[in-house]
Amino acid sequence: MLTYALPFAITCFALALILNLIRLATAPSMPDRILTVDTMVINVIALIVLYGVQTHATVVFDAALLLAMTGFISTIAFCKFLLRGGIIE
Amino acid sequence: MSLAVEILISALLIIGGSFGLIGSFGLLKLREPMQRLHAPTKATTVGVGASLIAAALTLLWQTGSASWQGVMVAAFLFLTAPLSGLMLAKAHRHLSRPDLPPTGTKAPWAGETPPKP
Amino acid sequence: MSRLFPHPMLSATLCLAWLLLAGSIALNSLLMAACLATLIPLATQAYWPSRPKIRHPLRLISYIALVLYDVILANIQVARIILFMPADQIKSAWITVPVDLPCPEAIALLAGTITLTPGTLTAEFSADNKALLIHALHAPDPDATRAEIKSRYETRLQRIFR
Repeated sequence: MLTYALPFAITCFALALILNLIRLATAPSMPDRILTVDTMVINVIALIVLYGVQTHATVVFDAALLLAMTGFISTIAFCKFLLRGGIIE
Repeated sequence: MSLAVEILISALLIIGGSFGLIGSFGLLKLREPMQRLHAPTKATTVGVGASLIAAALTLLWQTGSASWQGVMVAAFLFLTAPLSGLMLAKAHRHLSRPDLPPTGTKAPWAGETPPKP
Repeated sequence: MSRLFPHPMLSATLCLAWLLLAGSIALNSLLMAACLATLIPLATQAYWPSRPKIRHPLRLISYIALVLYDVILANIQVARIILFMPADQIKSAWITVPVDLPCPEAIALLAGTITLTPGTLTAEFSADNKALLIHALHAPDPDATRAEIKSRYETRLQRIFR
């Protein structure tokens, strides 16, 4: 059963990334693009973890952890840039 | 026993994948910028959360050793989702300037106070 | 003791987080966790002078369990709105929620809870920390949403922090 559920989940997140790319190309405004990149980071974390399950490689969990810890900082930095015209105050 | 565990993991994987896809689909479907903020901050977070639980359970089941990093990934995602949501909402409001309801107190909204000299 | 550990809760969280990151309870991990739990609160003490008073740590745990349960329900709701509701029928609204919580930490916790739960998102707070501005994805009745937030989350937080 796991042999079907795991590829299904991986396909779902890959499709989600493609939808994100379409949104990134057609986004009407700057905050929308930032939001899309934020969503892509979260989807990539899921893909990394599922890849680790598929290949029995627990090492990739560290990569997922690093992305989860630092991914939101780029979102906040971009928003700060839009709000104030600078990142470091 | 092992069949039950397999069904549980498979269900979690299918739920997680579906929610991740729904969140990204919501980004494309919803019309207003503020509505679009709702889709990824919720659906995607739970999608990834379910996938992480499934991954941790699979490792526990196959190798017998618990993986605590999955727990940490989920914890960081749940902690940071409100932060990026708040900052994105501020950026939207800064660019589009919607009409806001009154605060109900004497003070204005924090983003509308003039910066201190 | 309180000069060495200005924020006991922060120290405990850091210690636990480091042990989870290391993934083992070997002696070297324990030593590193103890160092971090001592040094980081001391270094950041100047930026966080106030101390949140948590009266009931056990109630905090049950609150987190409640929020996790609500997050799952919220996601099913949001997924149904995204999938099945026509885009022109979604009634979004800005809602003002007056809050009466004693410390900034409690307000931050309430704001995070609102963002993670049913179709609502914290967008701003008032300059005197007495009101939150939230955006609801689909709120045909804004008063009901406001009443639910106040009764379900705020009263519980008021009992925990004081």
